[in-house]
Amino acid sequence: MTFLRRTLAVAAKDLRSEIRSKEAVNASISFALVILLLFSFAFDLEPEQIRDIAGGLLWLVFAFAGTLILNRSFARELVNDCLDALLASPVTGAELFFGKCLANYVLIMIVECISLPVFAIFYDVRLPHLAMLFLVMLLGTWGITVIGTMFSAMTVNLRLRELMLPTLIYPMLIPALVGAIELSHVLINNGALAENFIWFRILVAFNVIFTILALALVEIVLVG
Amino acid sequence: MRVKIILTLVILSGLILAWNLHTIFFKVPDEANQGAIFRIIYFHVPAAITSFTGFYIGMFSGVGYLMKKDLRLDSVAASINEVSLAFASITLVTGSIWGRIIWGIWWTWDPRLTSYFVCLLIYFGYFMLRRAIDDPNTRARLSAVLSIFACVDIVLVWKSIEWFRTQHPGPVLEIRGGGGMAPGMEAPLWWNLLALLMLSAALILIRTRQEAMKREIDAMRRYAHAF
Repeated sequence: MTFLRRTLAVAAKDLRSEIRSKEAVNASISFALVILLLFSFAFDLEPEQIRDIAGGLLWLVFAFAGTLILNRSFARELVNDCLDALLASPVTGAELFFGKCLANYVLIMIVECISLPVFAIFYDVRLPHLAMLFLVMLLGTWGITVIGTMFSAMTVNLRLRELMLPTLIYPMLIPALVGAIELSHVLINNGALAENFIWFRILVAFNVIFTILALALVEIVLVG
Repeated sequence: MRVKIILTLVILSGLILAWNLHTIFFKVPDEANQGAIFRIIYFHVPAAITSFTGFYIGMFSGVGYLMKKDLRLDSVAASINEVSLAFASITLVTGSIWGRIIWGIWWTWDPRLTSYFVCLLIYFGYFMLRRAIDDPNTRARLSAVLSIFACVDIVLVWKSIEWFRTQHPGPVLEIRGGGGMAPGMEAPLWWNLLALLMLSAALILIRTRQEAMKREIDAMRRYAHAF
């Protein structure tokens, strides 16, 4: 119970701070819209071809825009040595990490929920299985969040932090991104989900394995 | 003593490789479908196994550092990972040459190749991370954690041949249930593996010594700055 209470306290603190400043979410939404605009110049495709690559486009937008939020996650605590204060508080590393994970998860989901309809309108893509697509978004985003928050903690004190985080997390996220892209592709194209169930399993396995690993190792990363 | 071990390993490895090259090129017949190019497997597979083995030993060495806080273990981990990265690059290059002849393309986004490439990128990230951190203890700590994460990804690489539909050849070695090679053709592959493992051990010993010297120089520099 203490774990949950402290985790929620950290998450609430981060969300409150973000709601007041709105710096990461605004930047992330603007970035997502810019990427969607740039894609329109990069590809001049027929509607059917767009549906073929829609899953990939969607998750590239989510992954790129999500990094902006993840980058700020621990970096915002550097001002006034807040990170040291948090580590000195009774909150454990795992609680701090999980709290930040939850806050990042909510923020990235907000960005995704705004980007998805914009994407559907701009590219004229129908979303016939919206509920299932939302489930894929929930699973895929957790993978992005847990890896991103962990590596955000690892790179928080590094010079070139903004460069290091995407370089490290994108290769690590490939299994989750590939799973999410494949499932989104199937759902957007009315494909048979049962034949592609392996991607669900990979997404779930990825999330479970890396959440456990991150919770076990984050104390070492933050405290030593 | 260390120099003698390194010399012994290099000479033994060289002798086995020379003898093996003779066997591979003059005694082993061409493969029925692929012709002479199949011989690349004698370097491709041993280099892949050497790199995988190295990445795992590197991870355990990193875990050893996390448990004992001995910087020598971090040096060993970094050296092993560096040598393994070189062997992983050899695997990709030899695989690409084979693919050009058999498939007609240098590269295809087959899940197995992609996963291996991802693995390579993660370890490039590992060395970028190491270069970005000045404090040796922080560097060792974060490198060890990254190494653990990377090794989980290697599991995906290893299993991907079973999980994904792939155009990469299925297992051919008897040990993986393949049974696609005659015993006489398979034996040089294991000898090559032994030679490459000895060569990598020699390279790791050289790199570990260099890392130890680097630590001594850093310590002397810090001592000099203190006055």
